[in-house]
Amino acid sequence: MLLSVQDLCITRSSQVLLANVSFDLASGEALILKGPNGLGKTTLLRVITGLQPALSGKIITQEDIFVYAAHADGVKPSLTVTENLQFWADIFDSKDVSSALSAFDLNELKSSFAGLLSAGQKRRVGLARMLISNRLVWVLDEPSVSLDSASILQLEAVIKQHLQNGGGALIVTHADLDLGPRCKTLHLDEYKSKSPVYDHCAEAFL
Amino acid sequence: MRAVLLRDLKLAMRLGGGFGLAIMFFLIVTVLVPLGIGPDLALLSAISSGILWVGALLACLLSLDRILSLDYEDGTLDHLAISPLPLENVILAKATAHWLTTGLPLGLASPLLGLMLGLPLEGFFWLLLSLVFGTPALSMIGTFGATLTLGLKRGGLLLSILVLPLYVPTLIFGAEVARRGSIGIELQTPLWMLLGVSFGVVAVLPFASSAVLRINLR
Repeated sequence: MLLSVQDLCITRSSQVLLANVSFDLASGEALILKGPNGLGKTTLLRVITGLQPALSGKIITQEDIFVYAAHADGVKPSLTVTENLQFWADIFDSKDVSSALSAFDLNELKSSFAGLLSAGQKRRVGLARMLISNRLVWVLDEPSVSLDSASILQLEAVIKQHLQNGGGALIVTHADLDLGPRCKTLHLDEYKSKSPVYDHCAEAFL
Repeated sequence: MRAVLLRDLKLAMRLGGGFGLAIMFFLIVTVLVPLGIGPDLALLSAISSGILWVGALLACLLSLDRILSLDYEDGTLDHLAISPLPLENVILAKATAHWLTTGLPLGLASPLLGLMLGLPLEGFFWLLLSLVFGTPALSMIGTFGATLTLGLKRGGLLLSILVLPLYVPTLIFGAEVARRGSIGIELQTPLWMLLGVSFGVVAVLPFASSAVLRINLR
């Protein structure tokens, strides 16, 4: 088991968004989280990766297991594609930038400045960071936004390969990604909190 | 940690990176002060070390906002927060990069600018020394201030107000080292105090800053 979430309640500025969320993620599995805008999907991902604290509930997982890709990819416009990825390779202590470049078809762009790339190309640079990180659980927040259909196929192939290698993926998306048989979908609407305001919470002052 | 430092230096050198902003500002201040004060060389040389210290401090202040805000906006800090690198190291690397692109060049340029203000020759060494040893504290305190105001739109004003009082000890002892150096009297006391402030700040503030950063990333 890579990740087990039990009765998780999450808040955003003293509002309870989701209550009693529970799910498991096994090795080789992908879990797609769906729900309308503003439900708290991104907040849920940030809580699970440890960027934000949960109000209550348990997240059972290992240390240093996540890598997170969101709307903001941390791609620096004044560095080239290779320099951007090499930075993350140094941070995550991994040597191999070239396989990540070819997985997302970035070889032709590798010495162009990231500031000159289109939105979809930048997205691919951001996603290539997942491969470099060597982390087990990929937490992806709408990874297919601004990708063309060929790039979406690449993304699906990369995720499937990651699952085959025993990794896991937690994906928020509105698109229909084909990730093979070991992909579950969780509709978050049913966890929407009934009592939205939580007012004796120290978090409110932070 | 080296990766963050090298990347920040590279970003500062590239187009729009802001390297040179501080040094240009420092230059402008020292060129304008004699024009404002008039051609009284005795007066100028008496106040030159203080002017240079104030100029360096303000030049440093000018670029503090850039230390973290760009990395915050594009999500880099989020990704670094869940990377294997401790946030304390991220903070220390960023403060070091800031010092290498502002404080150190300011210190190295100061004798040249001291010449323009009529600083006595024997003061050059002590001015350079006080700036090189004092500006690390300015960069580190500034990075701490930058973590406090992270995520505020136009946080620059608040950042200056928060940081300026914390800069006062460094300014007092640093300028005193330079002043005493220029008139050739005993300067051990302010020098040790300046070093004490710098070492203390570099030892403590990375931990405080990373705690604040974790709260601000929520």
